[in-house]
Amino acid sequence: MTDLTPMPTPDTCGDSGDCGSRREFLGTAVAAVAMALTGCGKLSKEEFLQHNFRELTKDEIQTIIARLEHEYMEKFHKTVKVSNEPPMPGVIFGYALDLSRCIGCRRCVHACVKENNQSRDPEIQWIRVLEMDKEEGVNLQHAEQYYNPDEVPRESHFYMPVQCQQCKKPPCVKVCPVGATWKEKDGIVVVDYNWCIGCRYCMAACPYGARHFNWGEPHIDAKDVNPETHYLGNRPRPKGVVEKCTFCIQRTRKGLYPACVEICPTGSRKFGNLLDPKSEIRQVLENKRVFKFKEDLNTQPTFFYFFGV
Amino acid sequence: MIPRPIRHAGFLLLFLTAPAFAEAPKAKGEPVAQEGIQVPKPPFTEGIFPCTSCHDGKQLKVNTQRRDLAMHDEIKLNHGPESRWCLDCHDANSRDNLHLASGEKVLFTESYKLCGQCHGDKFRDWRVGIHGKRTGSWNGAKQYLLCVHCHNPHSPHFAPLKPMPPPTRPDAIQLKKGAAR
Repeated sequence: MTDLTPMPTPDTCGDSGDCGSRREFLGTAVAAVAMALTGCGKLSKEEFLQHNFRELTKDEIQTIIARLEHEYMEKFHKTVKVSNEPPMPGVIFGYALDLSRCIGCRRCVHACVKENNQSRDPEIQWIRVLEMDKEEGVNLQHAEQYYNPDEVPRESHFYMPVQCQQCKKPPCVKVCPVGATWKEKDGIVVVDYNWCIGCRYCMAACPYGARHFNWGEPHIDAKDVNPETHYLGNRPRPKGVVEKCTFCIQRTRKGLYPACVEICPTGSRKFGNLLDPKSEIRQVLENKRVFKFKEDLNTQPTFFYFFGV
Repeated sequence: MIPRPIRHAGFLLLFLTAPAFAEAPKAKGEPVAQEGIQVPKPPFTEGIFPCTSCHDGKQLKVNTQRRDLAMHDEIKLNHGPESRWCLDCHDANSRDNLHLASGEKVLFTESYKLCGQCHGDKFRDWRVGIHGKRTGSWNGAKQYLLCVHCHNPHSPHFAPLKPMPPPTRPDAIQLKKGAAR
């Protein structure tokens, strides 16, 4: 069986003249049996037989994107664009967050949900802001994520937002039994939602709690759906898959800042190309006191925390 | 109708930034030019600018005495009030300008030069993009903000905000139809 042959679409035979062949028959039969056994009634045959994103040819990707866009049109009654923009050459993304400036207002958390089409009910949030004691320093024993005073920052507290650290040695990628998650050339760790089997090993492996699981059918009102999406990023997800921060892959691969950087009222969030010596991120790394979260685990994050003062 | 000094400043800014735009395709990936930084309009209170509409030297005579003001009572000076007074930054003879310690006049659109006199470390950080907020494009044109967009110059401490809602606690998530089996 060759992996590179484009799969025939449902109502044509393709130009291979393969129609009615043994391969075609077996494919249909396997899909039908699998559906019966797994109860995945909603899964189309094409979706069931779809390969890992990294093994797909350009044509196959185009067919899949067209299918997804059609599905989203039916579901949300609006045009949702799915891009598969590749990494830019000569770019490795880096992120730095100024702990001396963040006031814990959670504007980033909600801007992220809006941008990345997370399920609203139950709401999934990719950024978790920890309120910590100044006396204790960065100490997870003294961290509170459900704080809700009238005004922030609270006296003698500081705030530490945690999201995917886009590790250079990502433990989540190492443990994935099916290869549904990997690190892209520009440093972003992505998930192929159509290949993920929902085993949640990656969530157990991630020391930052950065991965989130769609326990229920994700629910977003059609009016809230962000129509600018990326296949490996913020396209609407199915139930039963893991998702995570992708540095807003749909924005950053077009040259824009991530949504959390754009919204932050204190300017605590810095983003840029680690390979460009003049970028903001390099200025931070070269001139400020910088640390990596849980550095001792040797995950080698490309997300840094620093002190601007 | 745009007040004349603002229009003036706008033209000046356009003029300053025009070469930067022309070079944009070549200079991709490089930070915006250090001087002539493109910033939005200063956050004036509605109707307050130009200052010369009242302070024209005729209706109001210049009074350099330190005193409780009859006007501008919304301003609480909380920026080194013992050692600082209005005319240390605002120019007494040219009210639509600020001035540096040297006496050199500075437009309101370039007030960062004035702030940078004392807060040199922050000014340096701001120019290279470490301090302050940037929006736009990480590899192209960036939108900067003036110091005064985030820090009220009369009371510069960053104002506290109401936090947005916290995440739902796991025990508060209701099991719904169609949720996990």
